[in-house]
Amino acid sequence: MALISVEGLATGYESRLLKDDISFTVEEGSYLCIVGENGSGKTTLMKTLLNLIEPVSGQIRMNGLTHKEIGYLPQQTDVQRDFPASVKEIVLSGCQGRCGMRPFYSRAEKKLAADNMERMGITELKDKCYRELSGGQQQRVLLARALCAAKKVLLLDEPVTGLDPRAAMEMYEVISGLNREGMTIIMISHDIEAALKYATHILHMGSNIFFGTREEYVNSDTGRFFLREGGVQA
Amino acid sequence: MINTLIEYLRFPFVRYAIIVGVLIALCSALLGVTLVLKRFSFIGDGLSHVAFGAMAIAGVLNISNEMLLVLPVTVVSAVLLLKTGNNTRIKGDAAIAMISVGALAFGYLLMNIFSTSSNLSGDVCSTLFGSTSILTLTTREVVLCAVLSIASIIIFILFYNRIFAVTFDESFAKAAGLNTEGINLLIAVIIAVIIVLAMNLVGSLLISALVIFPALSAMRIFKSFKKVTISSAVLSVVCALSGILVSILAGTPTGSTIVAADVVCFALCCAAGVLRGKI
Repeated sequence: MALISVEGLATGYESRLLKDDISFTVEEGSYLCIVGENGSGKTTLMKTLLNLIEPVSGQIRMNGLTHKEIGYLPQQTDVQRDFPASVKEIVLSGCQGRCGMRPFYSRAEKKLAADNMERMGITELKDKCYRELSGGQQQRVLLARALCAAKKVLLLDEPVTGLDPRAAMEMYEVISGLNREGMTIIMISHDIEAALKYATHILHMGSNIFFGTREEYVNSDTGRFFLREGGVQA
Repeated sequence: MINTLIEYLRFPFVRYAIIVGVLIALCSALLGVTLVLKRFSFIGDGLSHVAFGAMAIAGVLNISNEMLLVLPVTVVSAVLLLKTGNNTRIKGDAAIAMISVGALAFGYLLMNIFSTSSNLSGDVCSTLFGSTSILTLTTREVVLCAVLSIASIIIFILFYNRIFAVTFDESFAKAAGLNTEGINLLIAVIIAVIIVLAMNLVGSLLISALVIFPALSAMRIFKSFKKVTISSAVLSVVCALSGILVSILAGTPTGSTIVAADVVCFALCCAAGVLRGKI
């Protein structure tokens, strides 16, 4: 059975409809890329999946998974760019969902944060200030934080925006590595080339919505049109 | 000079002023870090004007204990202001500006129309600049002030990690299952309480300084949230203490002396930050 299944979902803000009739499923261990034009409702869909905004109608069913157990990598905000916080503090804040009513972090949670910093290769940066890091390093910090919250699924909202090509490449490799370790990935991306390279499934948001495997997408009308527009050879 | 100081410290009102001053400086600096980072620096200003308006109404209605009216009104405004921060129709900064000048105007208007005192401009001036009220606190006011500020400090410590999470990244915190609305509400209530208390110390026009200067000074030098929070509390207490002592010795107005100390401290921290960057 699918880890997440979405049926006839309509998303929007305060019941103002943005997009309706979205249906797709996410299997455990798969890599889903959500592509589409700006303003096609990709981020809204992701926020609906995270229960940050209420669905207008339709159903999201999660199998053996709660909202809290999804690791989330949001787009960076202005506030964060000059935030005086150490890497360690930020990664540790990913454990917040595990705390419940407890005011302070437990030893196990500190260990988890340290392990995830190791996993992302940022252990030596742990006392550095977030605002002094490079874009790629900042994304790794936020990814380590998301991993502290994630049990099975990671939701990434344009994780390579603002990164130089090499840092973007590294970021994709890191994410792909996590996927090979068994983490289910759902990623919003503008980068159709990378989507085709790494994803197992594609959800295309636009005037008509397409969902299917990578191969089905490449051979579909939507996919062919979009790929030609983007100048990508598939 | 030391002798004069010791002489003054024999008076209970001087000791009261120091206790209250230190506690308020501590609380406002703790919350200040969050407010500055959340881009809510001006909320202190707006709320203090609301408190000024409420105080004018309390004066007109002849309510003996002003706190009973001023505190709830300010808390409600704080909640409304932080809520509109997410509203798209009126942006947070515009909402603060609106409420702030509106309350100020109505407060002064009411005081003028229903004037009960012979020295109106003196009254207004002391509410705005807190000229001497800190030195005329009653025991009951000191106890109330101490209880409320210690409660704020304890709540801040207990919620420290959650406040950090909400300040750094609200949508992530919410996705992780944190009750972000609740935390924001808590921040709003605490800041309103602190501002009402701080009116005694620096008056309603200078409160923003107490909230933002220590936080900004600390951010020049330190690089982790914990260090920034602690050092902003320390800097704020040092500035408040030296401001009060100087004002007693030199006979200057307490509120503006404290703020002047904060400004000097900020300048020193800026210089230290630049020097540190060069090394």
